[in-house]
Amino acid sequence: MNTLTASDRTSNQPASLGDPPAIQFDQVSVCYRVPRERVSGIKEFAIRWLQKRLEYETFWALQEVGFQVEKGETFGVIGRNGAGKSTLLKVIARVLVPIRGRVITRGRIAPLLELGAGFNYELTGRENIYLNGALLGYKRKEMDQLYPSIVDFSEIGAFIDAPMRTYSTGMIARLGFSVATCSRPGILLVDEVLSVGDTAFQEKCLDRMQSYRAQGTTIIFVSHNMDVVKWFCNRAIWLKTGHIRAAGETIGVVEQYLADKTV
Amino acid sequence: MDITREYYDSSKLPHPAIAEFFALIQYWDLVVQFVSRSIKTRYKRSVLGVFWTMLNPLMTMVVLTLVFSNVFRFPIQNYPVYILSGLTIWNFFSAASKQAMGEMFYSGGLLNRIYIPKSVFVVSAVATGMVNLGLSFVVLLGIALILGVQVNFTLLVLPISILIATLFTFGIGLVLATAAVYFSDIMPFYDVILMVWFYATPVFYPADIIPAQWAWVFKLNPMVYIVDIFRQPIFQGTIPSLHQWVIALAVSLVAFFIGWYLFTIKSNEYAYRI
Repeated sequence: MNTLTASDRTSNQPASLGDPPAIQFDQVSVCYRVPRERVSGIKEFAIRWLQKRLEYETFWALQEVGFQVEKGETFGVIGRNGAGKSTLLKVIARVLVPIRGRVITRGRIAPLLELGAGFNYELTGRENIYLNGALLGYKRKEMDQLYPSIVDFSEIGAFIDAPMRTYSTGMIARLGFSVATCSRPGILLVDEVLSVGDTAFQEKCLDRMQSYRAQGTTIIFVSHNMDVVKWFCNRAIWLKTGHIRAAGETIGVVEQYLADKTV
Repeated sequence: MDITREYYDSSKLPHPAIAEFFALIQYWDLVVQFVSRSIKTRYKRSVLGVFWTMLNPLMTMVVLTLVFSNVFRFPIQNYPVYILSGLTIWNFFSAASKQAMGEMFYSGGLLNRIYIPKSVFVVSAVATGMVNLGLSFVVLLGIALILGVQVNFTLLVLPISILIATLFTFGIGLVLATAAVYFSDIMPFYDVILMVWFYATPVFYPADIIPAQWAWVFKLNPMVYIVDIFRQPIFQGTIPSLHQWVIALAVSLVAFFIGWYLFTIKSNEYAYRI
């Protein structure tokens, strides 16, 4: 990362001002209902129900979170583990529907939550590209067109027809990133994925993200690496126990976050 | 790229039962992927694969035939065909409904990470079952011909019977998949139910041995009608009566709508349960 110079940041401006925001969060709250003691089966459920011992605790992962991300912005989300960062990404990715509040997104969303989540290790790399593409909502025809560039970017080479269980961790991560970013999305969700793969490939990933950003893709960037956040994002929010503690210019938000010693 | 994927407003979502339907159409290529994947893994060693699939119902047929035609002496001509046709449709129902539930378990990790219309898993399970049913049907027909059953044009109504059975299976699969969201021990629980249900359905015994005072129980069992409309054209060479069709279709439609409604309003909670 240190090889990147300050001049790279010049492209760090929203591509098109005046468009409606890419992401709008309006007083969004998400709540998980967690059984006090884990009830997992019918048998237990029936027993507890008869004993009237079914108790739930509600856990608010996000509480009245409101912010806007303009089109073409790179937006950082920082905070400790369990602060609600992943929940926030899931709400954007439509995995979770907010209990209260309203979310609006504009643009096709490419989730980068944990690379390789949808891979089947018995199938070949080629079959997995098609499977993963379908999981991300691509049509077969679209995948036929995108396939060569995916293989090319992933640097898998001749291994593409070997079962995926023979792949190294790095190869899996590379293929995952290649499929997830195979066509330029409107909104790209990045969750701590750049910690995998070797340095050369990490830079290649960053290059691709920068080129998408230059073409108007909005990027939501979740990371614990403050140097990358400071370098990559123009604005950021700091989440703590489901609340927004600070929002604005990245550098100021990161400083407040790092200064916070309370739990 | 589809326009509906571009704009999303969480406060303006249509009713889940409708939204899920359109999402399913959009993700149809994923269903195709899932089905071809499970067919491929099952029949990888082509001929042998088909053999193993057929071995279970065939052996069940042989055993039941030996036991019941010699020990209990059921007065049914072509008893093996009677059993095998019943087993074929029963196995389709039990395997597909079980798999619908199983897929929801195995895909839990995925559903927590990316948006996929969840009905894709149930549809894939039932569609895979239909492919397997098609293969078993070929074997069933072969055995029927070998054993000298007079097969005639009434076979032409079978696609309708299969569609009705599929609708019913899909509905039950959806209910089970919904239950899988809440209870992790639903699988063994359902195995027990399936066993009781199997014995309560005239698959290997003739329907008329049921004592009159218990007949009402059988009238409440939807699988009786589903098995009937599949078996009768093959085994007796007659077309089921309008009465039979209407009941089978009505039961299946009810199962389908209840299943679809329950599943679509409840399946969103899947991601909330960590």
